[in-house]
Amino acid sequence: MSELRYERVAFAVMFAAFAVAPFVIYPNFGMQLLCFALFACAFNLLIGFGGLLSFGHAMFFGMGSYLAAHSALVWGFPIEVAILTGAATSALLGVVAGFIAIRRQGIYFAMITLALAQMVYFFCLRAPFTGGENGINSVPRSHLLGLIDLNPALSMYYFVFAIFLACFLLIHRIIHSPFGQVLKAIRENEPRAVSLGYRTDRYKLAAFVLSAALAGVAGATKAMVVQNASLTDVYWAMSGEVVLMTLLGGMGTVFGPVVGAVVIISMQLYLAELGSWVTIAQGMIFVFCVLAFRRGIVGEIEAFLRKRSAS
Amino acid sequence: MRFKLNALAAAAALALAAGAAHAQISGGVVKIGVLNDQSGLYADLGGQGSVIAAKMAVEDFTAKDKSLKVEVIFADHQNKPDVGTQIAGKWYDAEGVDAIVDVPTSSVALAVNDVARAKNKVFIDSGAATSDLTGAKCSPNTVHWTYDTWMLANGTGKAIVKTGGDTWFFITADYAFGAALERDTSAVIVKNGGKVLGDVKVPLNTQDFSSFLLQAQSSKAKIIGLANAGGDTINSIKQASEFGITKGGQSLAGLLVFLSDVHGIGLDKAQGLILTETFYWDLNDQTRAWSKRFAALSGGKEPTMVQAGVYAGVLHYLKAVSSLKSDSDGAKVVAEMKKIPTDDPLFGKGTIRADGRKIHPAYLFEVKKPSESKGPYDYYKLRATIPADEAFRPLADGGCSLVK
Amino acid sequence: MSTQALFGQLLIGLINGSFYALLSLGLAVIFGLLNIINFAHGAQYMLGAFVAYFLLNKAGLGYWWALLITPFVVGAVGVVIERLMLSRLYKLDHLYGLLLTFGLALILEGAFNHAFGSAGMPYSIPESLQGVQNLGFMFLPNYRGWVIFASLAICLSTWFLIERTKLGAYLRAATENPTLVQSFGINVPRMITLTYGAGVGLAALAGVFAAPIYQVSPQMGSSLIIVVFAVVVIGGMGSIMGSILTGFGLGIVEGLTKYFYPEASNTVIFVIMAIVLMIRPQGLFGQR
Repeated sequence: MSELRYERVAFAVMFAAFAVAPFVIYPNFGMQLLCFALFACAFNLLIGFGGLLSFGHAMFFGMGSYLAAHSALVWGFPIEVAILTGAATSALLGVVAGFIAIRRQGIYFAMITLALAQMVYFFCLRAPFTGGENGINSVPRSHLLGLIDLNPALSMYYFVFAIFLACFLLIHRIIHSPFGQVLKAIRENEPRAVSLGYRTDRYKLAAFVLSAALAGVAGATKAMVVQNASLTDVYWAMSGEVVLMTLLGGMGTVFGPVVGAVVIISMQLYLAELGSWVTIAQGMIFVFCVLAFRRGIVGEIEAFLRKRSAS
Repeated sequence: MRFKLNALAAAAALALAAGAAHAQISGGVVKIGVLNDQSGLYADLGGQGSVIAAKMAVEDFTAKDKSLKVEVIFADHQNKPDVGTQIAGKWYDAEGVDAIVDVPTSSVALAVNDVARAKNKVFIDSGAATSDLTGAKCSPNTVHWTYDTWMLANGTGKAIVKTGGDTWFFITADYAFGAALERDTSAVIVKNGGKVLGDVKVPLNTQDFSSFLLQAQSSKAKIIGLANAGGDTINSIKQASEFGITKGGQSLAGLLVFLSDVHGIGLDKAQGLILTETFYWDLNDQTRAWSKRFAALSGGKEPTMVQAGVYAGVLHYLKAVSSLKSDSDGAKVVAEMKKIPTDDPLFGKGTIRADGRKIHPAYLFEVKKPSESKGPYDYYKLRATIPADEAFRPLADGGCSLVK
Repeated sequence: MSTQALFGQLLIGLINGSFYALLSLGLAVIFGLLNIINFAHGAQYMLGAFVAYFLLNKAGLGYWWALLITPFVVGAVGVVIERLMLSRLYKLDHLYGLLLTFGLALILEGAFNHAFGSAGMPYSIPESLQGVQNLGFMFLPNYRGWVIFASLAICLSTWFLIERTKLGAYLRAATENPTLVQSFGINVPRMITLTYGAGVGLAALAGVFAAPIYQVSPQMGSSLIIVVFAVVVIGGMGSIMGSILTGFGLGIVEGLTKYFYPEASNTVIFVIMAIVLMIRPQGLFGQR
C-alpha cells in the first residue's frame, strides 16, 4: 500500500484504540500511556529525525512536571496555564542545555546531555519547591477553561487524549515541513548540508528546543493526571526508559514511540505483581532490540509491508 | 465498574434479608494489598517479608474469628510514585482492595495517602518515614504504624544525651529527609542540655565519606550523628570503622538504621552503633515466638520492624472490620481502629491517635561486638526503653487538621 | 582553616583520585582502543566486588587471592559478551554499543538485586592491611595507603603497555586500520576481544579494591559510573594518560570542594565537564 495510505490507516487504528481505551482498561492507566507516548514521540523527534541521541531527556520531562505541579498547587494556575507553564520551562531549559550540548555530536552529545540531566537532578533534590524526596503532592485539577470539571476520570482522559493528538499532529507537521526535510538532510550528511549553506547548528538547536518543549508538555500533563511530581521524573533511569521505548517501538518511525511506550509502561504495571523482574526484563529487551530487532516493532512492520508491496 | 455494581446489588439484596454478617463486606471478601519495593533499595526492609507478615496476620485472625473471608495480594511499586498511584487506584477501584499496607518510600506513601482519601479506602503505612503522614498531610483514612522521623530523632537524640552523649557532630545527607532528621535531633539534644558542635552536608549517594569523617573526628564530639539512610549510612559506618573512629572514643549514632542494614555491614564494623527501632525479634518471648514462625517462612531471615508493623497493622485492621461488620467505608474503619486499643505480640499494648499515629514504645539498641553474638541476626543489646507516651510527637504539635 | 586540615583533605582527595583513575582506566582502554562506550562498566565493577565476596565466603579465598583471580573471572565474562554480542555491532553506529551495554547493566543489576537484595554483603579489610598510621596531620588507614600505591602501579603499567610496547602498538594500529593490520597476519578480532576482556578485568579489579571499604551492593556501580564517564570525557576519550591524570585531578578537586562547599561536591565534576566540552571539546589530553 502507498506510504500515505499506510499512514492514514495507522493513524486511524491509533485514534480508535485510544478513543475506546478508557472503556476497556483502567482510565488512569490509559492517561499515563498517553503521556509517556507523547514523551517518547518528543524524544523520537530528536533521535529519529534529528539524529541526536539525548541521554538526559528526563530533565525536560521532570522540570515540566514540577513546574506544572507547583504552579497549579502554589500559584493556583488553572490546568491549561499550568501545563503551558511546564512546557515553557522545559523549552527554556532546552535552549540553555541545547546551547551547551549542540556543539558536539554522537557519543559526546549523549554524555553532555547525561551530565546536564544529572545537574538538574541534584538541583531538584535540594530545591525546596520540589519537596525533595517527598515530591509535590495533592496537586489540584481545576476546571478546564473554568467550565469543564476534569475530576471525573473520563473527562480528564479525553482532555489528555486531545493534548496528545494535538502534539502528535504538530510533530507530524514538523517532520513533513521544509524544516523537517533540512533536519533529515543534516542527519544523513551534515558536512554536505553545511556546504549547501544551511546553518546546521541553528536547525539542531531548534529541533532540540522543540523536543524539550514537547517533553515538557508530556511531563506537565502527567503531573496533572497523577496529581503529583517527584524525583523519579528527573532521575536518569527515566531518560533510559524513554530511549528504550523509542528503540523498541522503532526509532525514526512516526508511530513507533507510541507502541514502545505502551509496551514498556504496561510492562511496568503488569510485571509489578511479579516483583523484581521489571529491570531485568527491560535490560533483556534492550539487548534483544539492539542485536536482532533494531528497527523496532513498527519499523519491522513497515519493512514487512514495504517488502510485500514491492513483490 | 461492573464489579462495583455487583457488589452494590449484592449488598442491597442481603441488607434487605436482615442478619447476614457479610452484608457490608464489599464483594464478600476483605482484600488487603501489600504495596512496597520488591526489587530495589527497600526490598530488604519489607519486600516479600511484608507479604509473609500480612498473610500470617490473616491466618492468626481467621483462626479465631471465622466470620471474615480475607485475601492478600501484592505488587512492586518500584519506588516510583507514578507506579504506586496507578496500582493503588486500580486496586481500590477495579479490584476490590479495601486496604493497602506497607508502602515504604515517602514520596509514594504521600501519593497513596491522597488516593486512599479520595476513594475513601484504608491505608496503613508501615514502611515510610515521613512524619507528614500524621502532620500536615494527615487523613482520616490513614494510619501510620512502626516509626517516623520525629520518633527516630527524639528517641535516639534524647536517650543518648541522657546517657552521657552530650556533644554531637552531624553527617547529614543533603536533602529534605536528612535535614529534617538533623533538625529534629538537634532540637532534642539542645533541649536536654547537650550541644551540637557542627555538621557537614553530604550529597545523596556519596560513596566516600573519609573527608567528612575526618571533619567529624577533628570536632572531638562524643557522638557522631548519621542523619542519612540506606547505602549512605552503610558506607559511613564501614568507613568510620576503617578510620578507627570508635577506637578513638567517639560513638556513632545511626538515625535511621534497620536490622537488614546491620546484617549487610557486618558486626565487626557496626559494633557499638547506637540506633532506635520499635521492634526487635529477640526482645521478649512473644517476639521470639512470632519471629521463629516468620523465619521458617522467609528462608531464615529474621523480621525487620517494618514487616512486624505490617503484621500488627493488618491484625488490628481485621479486628476493626470484624467489629464494624463492614469494610466499605474506609474512614469509618479507621475511626474504629482508633477506638479499639491495640494489642499484639509484637508491639504490645498501644493505641492509634486521632491523627492516625500508632503509639507504642521505642527501644534504644546498641550493636553487639562480634564476640557477643551467637549467630546471624543476633545483633542488638537493649540500652533503654522509651515509653510510648514519650516516643512520638505530641498530638498538638503536628499541625494535623483532624486534631481539634 | 588550618593547613593541617587542608593537608588531610588533600591526601584523602588523592586517595579518592587514585580510585577514580583505576576505575576510569578500564573504560578509557575500551573506548580509546575499541570505540565502544561500555555502559556496563559499573555493573562489571560490582561483579568484581561480588566475586571477591564469593571467593571469601564460598571458597575461603581471601583478599589477595581475590585480587589475582577476580579480574580473570570477570574478564572471561567480558570476553563472552564481546564474542556473542558486541562483535556484531562494530559495523554500526557507535550508539548501538552504548545501548547494548546499557541493557546489560540493567540485566546484571536487576538480577543481583533479585538474588541478593540491596542492603549489601559484608566484606572486611584483610588483616595485613588493617590499622592506621599517624601522619601527624591525620590518621591514614593502611588500606587507603595501599590503594594509592596499587592504583598508581596498575595505571602506569597499563599506560606503558599500551603506549610504549610492541603489543600496545599492534593494538593501537589494529583499531585505526584493522584490515591493514590483519593483512600483516595479526589476528585482529582476537586482539579486540582480549582488549575488551582486559578492560572489563580492570573494572572488576577496581571492584575488589572497593569491597573492603565501600558497600558491596548491586547498586554500587551505578552511582559511580556517571562520574567515571565524566572523568574519561574530560581527560579526552582516546587518551589513557588523560584519564589517569584527570582521575587523580578530580579526586583532589572534589576533596577541596568537600572541605569548602560540601553540598556541591558531586556536581562539581559535571560543571567541569560542561566547561571543558565547551572550551576544548576533545578533552584535556585528547587529539582531534
